Amino acid sequence: MGGYIVKRLISAIPVLFGITVIVFLIMSLIPGDPATAILGSYATPENVAKLNRDLGLDRSLAERYFIWLFNMVQGDFGRSYSLNRPVIDEVLERFNATLILAGTSFVICSVLGILAGVVSAARQYGWADKAITFTVLIGISVPSFFLGMMMILLFAVNLRWLPVSGMYAIYGGGDLWDLLRHLVMPALALSAVATGVIARLARSAMLEVLRQDYIRTARAKGVPERRVIMGHALRAAMVSIIPVLGIQAGFVLSGSVYIEIVFQWPGAGRMLVEAILTRDLLLVQGGVVFIAACYVFFNILVDVAQSLLDPRIKT
Amino acid sequence: MTAFLKLLFRNQLAALGAVVLGIIIVAVLLTPVLPLQDPNVTATADRFLKPLAEGHLLGTDHLGRDMLSRLLHGTLLSLGVGVAAALLAALIGSAIGIVAGYVGGRTDNFVMRGVDMLMAFPYILLALAIVAALGPGLMNALIAVAAVNIPFFARNIRGVTVSLAGREFIDAARLSGMSHTRIVLTELLPNVLPVIIIAMSTTIGWMILETAGLSFLGLGSQPPQADLGSMLGEARSALITYPHVSVIPGVMIFLIVMSVNLLGDGLRDALDPRLRSGALSRPRATTLVDRQGEVPEATDDLLAIQELQTQFHVGPRIYRAVGGVSLAVKPGECLGLIGESGSGKSVTALSVMGLVSSPPGVITGGAVRFQGKDLIGARYEALRRMRGDRVAYIFQDPLSTLHPLYRVGDQLAEAIRSHHKVGKDEARKRAVQLFNDVRIPNAQNRIDNYPHEMSGGMRQRVGIAMALANDPDVIIADEPTTALDVTVQAQILSLLNDLRRDRGLAIVFITHDFGVVAQLCDRIAVMYAGRIVEEGPTNAVLERPAHPYTKRLIACVPELGGGRRELAAIRGLPPVVDDLPPGCAFAPRCDKAQPDCKKGEIPLDGAGTRAVRCLYPEADLTRDEEATA
Repeated sequence: MGGYIVKRLISAIPVLFGITVIVFLIMSLIPGDPATAILGSYATPENVAKLNRDLGLDRSLAERYFIWLFNMVQGDFGRSYSLNRPVIDEVLERFNATLILAGTSFVICSVLGILAGVVSAARQYGWADKAITFTVLIGISVPSFFLGMMMILLFAVNLRWLPVSGMYAIYGGGDLWDLLRHLVMPALALSAVATGVIARLARSAMLEVLRQDYIRTARAKGVPERRVIMGHALRAAMVSIIPVLGIQAGFVLSGSVYIEIVFQWPGAGRMLVEAILTRDLLLVQGGVVFIAACYVFFNILVDVAQSLLDPRIKT
Repeated sequence: MTAFLKLLFRNQLAALGAVVLGIIIVAVLLTPVLPLQDPNVTATADRFLKPLAEGHLLGTDHLGRDMLSRLLHGTLLSLGVGVAAALLAALIGSAIGIVAGYVGGRTDNFVMRGVDMLMAFPYILLALAIVAALGPGLMNALIAVAAVNIPFFARNIRGVTVSLAGREFIDAARLSGMSHTRIVLTELLPNVLPVIIIAMSTTIGWMILETAGLSFLGLGSQPPQADLGSMLGEARSALITYPHVSVIPGVMIFLIVMSVNLLGDGLRDALDPRLRSGALSRPRATTLVDRQGEVPEATDDLLAIQELQTQFHVGPRIYRAVGGVSLAVKPGECLGLIGESGSGKSVTALSVMGLVSSPPGVITGGAVRFQGKDLIGARYEALRRMRGDRVAYIFQDPLSTLHPLYRVGDQLAEAIRSHHKVGKDEARKRAVQLFNDVRIPNAQNRIDNYPHEMSGGMRQRVGIAMALANDPDVIIADEPTTALDVTVQAQILSLLNDLRRDRGLAIVFITHDFGVVAQLCDRIAVMYAGRIVEEGPTNAVLERPAHPYTKRLIACVPELGGGRRELAAIRGLPPVVDDLPPGCAFAPRCDKAQPDCKKGEIPLDGAGTRAVRCLYPEADLTRDEEATA
């Protein structure tokens, strides 16, 4: 097992490398001169030249890439000019908030989605199945940002159960309870689509598995039906559910952009949008690389989970 | 029937999607000719009018612009951008996929690595990076959304192309001297096109949603131009005071995405024949029972199957897989149930413990009695307590019948723990003992194997050990040796025979192999088209078969050292059991069939221990009886 993890970690290196290349290439697509973009059109040529030199923009593309990569490996993601602080500090701080939101959403969509799929499959064509299928259909079709806005209207404005937005109350908040109250709506809104996708897949995976001969064997030896479903069938179905959990984690992580805007959540997604609108490109670049790298490591966790579940995978 | 209804339900949903989408598209196409106000004319005096206000059907927004007009123009823009992004992604992605798949080798490797890298990004993040570089704007949002969907198309289309490129017609085209371009365009593309269309139908909803999302963030369409996303984004600041300005574009996005999804689902279902046949319904915990007619009286047998009828209800058709079968075993006895595949012998066996897959299986008549107690229609829990404890099964293919993800020892222990309150250690000890009983060498270690780590023979021993786990009274063995090679088969048979002697087990042994029957069984019953056609002591039936079918079946068995005896295959095929003719089901294939064979019910008649369902039996059973007496 240890060997497998090391192997997967090593195989992540070219992927991480590729990610930096792609981000760097995308960023070099910027039309025009970044220094002019930063300084505005009234900048003197001397100032532009100086900034170009400071940013290293007078060098070749390859040189610039390797300098950027080299600095990044050492933890230096550059400096955000709009916030005037190191990119990495800002990213880490904001990503923390995103992690709380996306992590909660991921747990919600995994648990709810799998549960809904299992119930749906076990009660195929029953009222529970129809109700779940219908809800899932709505869930995967509602834009998360619209859902979030409607939740604010209902639960925060009309019913006054939950705070409208933010991560903590401005006065007197700051404890865990306060955080949870602020977390409920954004986490649910963010998980809606992923829950639906997972529920659909879990349902069809369960239906597929329940037809297998080994389920009949389990029943033939008198295993209680609850254990047949939640043990034998679900365990086998998880083999096809887990990879989708990995994909949905990516959707939840990046979909948090919308939710963070709607709920004023101080996360990395909102940071990226703000950075794009203020053309703070180093912040965008650093943020994207950092989040993508985290996702790569998360996918390694998914693979490890898969190999723990399925002994047929050669470790 | 339910499966059919479900499918109809689905198709209705797809139809609903088509109607909704159709209405939206028509409305959008009519926008230029409809008497609408200019979507960009502001009227600050008329800000935030509620829907149904005079002159403004859907009210006005924060600048007093007419919502209906803005909604229709926004929808046009959103749909247009979404479709354009889908086309762009499909075009570039498919081109990459086809080239990579067709050229193969290093190009393929290099391109697909790049595609994998792109897929390593969380989807929306990559779109954000592209918009960040190109700058906000609707065109750039379109490019970004198309770009992040290219890998999806490239990967799918490459997969299809690789499988096509190896096919004969491509080789033929190449040999006939066609250029690569022509092969790709005239041979490959037409075959790949359906896949591209399906991929588009499943992603176009996403792309509409994603472009709307980017606009919502203020990174897509810029004022005064507005698609649905930017309408929603602009309305957000007035969400609490004037919710209708947000609700209207939000609902429109929802309707578009939902109808596209419904259509896409319908399309996929229609193209997946497995769903159409309703094959994807899961079997229930017990077979459905819908028993009509009298329940036969109890007997003193250990296990008695009485006038059992099991049917498969598939759509409007009814397959009578088991059409009134009676069998019985006493302790220590082995009954062979023999017949061709499809004769209903496995269904008979599975009906005993309610293990026939339902849907489509339904038990419609008769009784199954264990120690006199009727099991048909018994409560689930009562049936479960007997399963594996009093009546255990051994199935044919041990690779597919053992759970691939559990250790064999755990599967064995589970069989014990499902019926007895024993600790984990105790169950494990018993499992080792059982492994020894079925002569699995090195049981202590083998117990921790997964099924895929064992050979076929060893796996079947695990299956037998599992059946023995609770010391049952009856074992039903459904072709337990068919998947094994001959030497292993002999070992397994002698093992079963020993166990029967040592433990006084009753065995119902299902097979299509007379050799196996002769080794193990005291009595045999021959099944054809869901009914017993002959039964009697093994030797008597093998030596003097009475039913023409039995005789022909025995003649099919090649004998070692039997010289150049002619192997007589039975001409024709067994009948399909949804529409059986009256009279003898074997008559159409029988050489001796007379006109009256095809009329009326033929009873299972006989003398003493033997019986046959034939008007013109091959052997006189009464004489047979006198000879033994």
